[in-house]
Amino acid sequence: MAEAPAKIETQRITLTVNGQEHAEEVEPRMLLVHFLRDQLGLTGTHVGCDTSQCGACVVDVNGKTTKSCTMFAVQADGAEITTIEGLASEGAYHPVQEGFWEMHGLQCGYCTPGMIMSSVALLKRNPHPSEQEIRHELEGNICRCTGYQNIVRAVQYAADKMGESGAASAD
Amino acid sequence: MTTTSELPETAPETRYIGKPIKRREDPRLMTGQGSFLDDIRLPGMSYAEVVRSPYAHANIKMIDTGAAKSMPGVLGVFTGDDFMDINPLPCAWQAGKVTNNVNTPRVLAVDKVCQVGDPVAVVVAETPYQARDAAAAVDVDYEELPAVTDAKATTADGAPQLHENAPNNIVLTWECGTDADSVDAALKAADVHVTEEIRNQRLIPTAIETRGSIGRYDPGTDEYTLWETSQCPHVHRLLLAAFVMNIPEHKLRVIAPDIGGGFGQKIFLYWDMPLVLALAKKVGRPVKYVEDRSSNYLTATHGRDHVTDVEIGATNDGHITALKVKTWANLGAYLSTIAPGIPTTLYGRMVAGCYKIPNIHVDVVATYSNTAMVDAYRGAGRPEAAYLVERVCDLVAHATGVDPAEVRRRNFIQPEDFPYDTGVGMLPYDSGNYEQAFDRALEQVGYKELRAEQQRRRRNSDPKLLGIGLSSYVEVCGVAPSKWIGLPGEGWGAGLWESANVRVHLTGKIVATTGSLPHGQGHETSFSQLVAEELGVPIEDVEIQHGDTAGTPFGFGTYGSRSLAVGGIAMYKSLQKVKEKARRIAAHMLEASPEDIVWENGKAHVKGSPEQAKTLGEIALQASVAYDLPDGMEPYLDETTYYDPPNCTFPFGTHVCVVEIDRETGEIALRRYVAVDDVGNVVNPLIVDGQLHGGIAQGLSQALYEGAVYAENGELLTGTMNDYAMPRASMVPTYELDRTVTPSPTNPMGVKGAGEAGTIAATPAVANAVLDALRPFGIENLDMPLTPPKVWAAMHHAAGAAQAAD
Ligand code: FES
Ligand code: FES
Repeated sequence: MAEAPAKIETQRITLTVNGQEHAEEVEPRMLLVHFLRDQLGLTGTHVGCDTSQCGACVVDVNGKTTKSCTMFAVQADGAEITTIEGLASEGAYHPVQEGFWEMHGLQCGYCTPGMIMSSVALLKRNPHPSEQEIRHELEGNICRCTGYQNIVRAVQYAADKMGESGAASAD
Repeated sequence: MTTTSELPETAPETRYIGKPIKRREDPRLMTGQGSFLDDIRLPGMSYAEVVRSPYAHANIKMIDTGAAKSMPGVLGVFTGDDFMDINPLPCAWQAGKVTNNVNTPRVLAVDKVCQVGDPVAVVVAETPYQARDAAAAVDVDYEELPAVTDAKATTADGAPQLHENAPNNIVLTWECGTDADSVDAALKAADVHVTEEIRNQRLIPTAIETRGSIGRYDPGTDEYTLWETSQCPHVHRLLLAAFVMNIPEHKLRVIAPDIGGGFGQKIFLYWDMPLVLALAKKVGRPVKYVEDRSSNYLTATHGRDHVTDVEIGATNDGHITALKVKTWANLGAYLSTIAPGIPTTLYGRMVAGCYKIPNIHVDVVATYSNTAMVDAYRGAGRPEAAYLVERVCDLVAHATGVDPAEVRRRNFIQPEDFPYDTGVGMLPYDSGNYEQAFDRALEQVGYKELRAEQQRRRRNSDPKLLGIGLSSYVEVCGVAPSKWIGLPGEGWGAGLWESANVRVHLTGKIVATTGSLPHGQGHETSFSQLVAEELGVPIEDVEIQHGDTAGTPFGFGTYGSRSLAVGGIAMYKSLQKVKEKARRIAAHMLEASPEDIVWENGKAHVKGSPEQAKTLGEIALQASVAYDLPDGMEPYLDETTYYDPPNCTFPFGTHVCVVEIDRETGEIALRRYVAVDDVGNVVNPLIVDGQLHGGIAQGLSQALYEGAVYAENGELLTGTMNDYAMPRASMVPTYELDRTVTPSPTNPMGVKGAGEAGTIAATPAVANAVLDALRPFGIENLDMPLTPPKVWAAMHHAAGAAQAAD
């Protein structure tokens, strides 16, 4: 049986989340998703599995799409993180959020934050994806409710919208 | 979209009903502002973690909690012995009129475990991590016993026995339909006689949010509060208070926050619900328990798991004359809340499907085994029935040489036959035009051309095998009339009505409550549409409340596609009552008689003088300030309805799936998926289509990908999302949807229900398509999931056998 440590060892990290700087003490074993949810109160990032499969926990870490259940908070020391809470700016929804609303891309909404974060990243990599590319690139995100068709449409809607406004290239 | 003749030529113009209104719940959910169970943080919150059995069947010899108790942050460690004052969970739906050998879970197992994952001890600590550490330090000594997992094997002599009161692990035996002897005679007399074993494999529902609960106890008021991932908080409050914990019902409040999908799994009462309440009292702090995915897969309910021996009699021209069904239904280690009702009422009584079959006999044996409990999973009994009868149609087609489409057409119940009694004890089907939806689906997919292409490819030994799968289904929704489903009938220990309260506040804003409980279905939108339409107000003025037992009328919750067809009608009726009272107030204000008042564009006016109209807001103000009301009238516009439906509703439709199978690899490509559904009148087509999409994905995934697999020793081999094949975006096709509209005569809105249709229809459509492609190999049947290795092996086995016979 493992001996429990007498007192919890913590480590200090500083990082920027949704534009706001935080300096926090964390246990070295704390997962990033738990740090975001429990320590910073950003509960929009969800947990849906324990094997890095579902993608409910996806956030952006230094520009990289990241499953926050698969990273320790201490590994994010110095990082810039965007979560679903930081996506809409000045009251305006991100085109991907708009697409999910317009196209009924969510039902229970539990997979939605991760799905939206992954979709935003996919459009950054590929502003004009084909349907097949969208389906392929969203393989890391599981949705049980929608059957995916309206999620594909939501991403297409956002691609069109961002294409029109030139936002995709400006990003 | 086609409309049957019962509908008026021109439907009255609506502002909200029938419109694809964007969902009102979306803004919070798409910005991370939803409030799911695990998002809730109460002051002083503590965290529970359970210790689970690694064995499927074992005696508990000893539990040592000493080391765990001294771990950092630990507030308490408890075992089953600490909760002997809490009753085992109730089984609220037992099969009607037969003996049910009932065994249900306790909060923590005592003396014995019957499945891997059975909770045996619980730790409460300051943080979730500390709770996990301490749980790992609990020492349990087991004596392992032999296990059994298969539905048929579990009833065999000499099989390991789970519960003393259930000899041969039998929960119940039940039958319905014509007597067995007459069906045997009809089978004997038939031109064609086919037998088959059909398996409907076990599935894990897998809502992306797992289950969880938070308990709080207030010693000052002696009140408990439970937050839980639930599809029916009122029912849980009743069961917990009256049957499990023996606390007064009014001292327990139950709240279901945003729910991340349910699919049936969140209907049921689970051990953690009373546990967190009891723990909260013991440790004097709120206690949260959230299961991780692996725990969810181990001990939250699963679905399906039937093995069926079917005997079919038919004429040479494809008329089905007799059906004899014997089904073993695996209900798992214990009985979940409504488990016995699923393979009996919701399966056995639906095996006729959309067909006139004169002789049907169904035997059901429900069994225990060392596996997770099985209960309602999206469709619940009806997918198993639809799969069976749709496979039967194709087996008859195969045996007689009649085209599968023609077999269905020849056996369909016809529009003039409604209300139709299938002879297996189901309520009469309310309305339908099965052939119309069927023709439409065939036309849309281009059935004739596809059959021609198939012939061509078969002649040319094309490397891709084309398969066309048909599935015509009917389901029972809008459950249910209390008189039929209740204790003296189908054995459900309660009524199954629904409530709605509508209040028009002084400022004209409307708050409406429903006893149904959305967990992805968008009630806040569709119910608002209904309120706004009926009262003629902007949708922004309407708020729909649900999910909190405090201050709302009792309701039975959401399952069985009942929200609109039962809960929606309760709302509709309350709205009519509000309108009626408002009419009388308007008459008083306009100095007219109530009969002369008409509602138009959300205003009440005297017939012929629309210029002098009163808005609902003005009337609500009058009703509220109350100093000038008709004599004897009570103030306020506030009306409640408890609606008990006179019948269930029976949506139907036809789905067609087209697949291509690679002869070399067995790989299956989904080429087309066409669905024509008839769910009666539609309130929000966006939401209905979304329900169908999701349902189809789940149904087709059963046919091709999913299946829970146990090792012989009872270990769940598909215990994580790495092993259990959830469908991803690249694994499903584009769904081509269309509708016919045959309103239900059962209710004033003509609605039927849409939540489960896709799941019910899709599994047989896809399985039939794959087996249709394999027809040249003489393959009659394969067990789902139809994975490429299975298909490849079947083709090669068949080819080898053919060669050997040459
Ligand atoms: S929680 Fe499932 S991938 Fe992170
Ligand atoms: S919307 Fe429910 S899991 Fe995707």
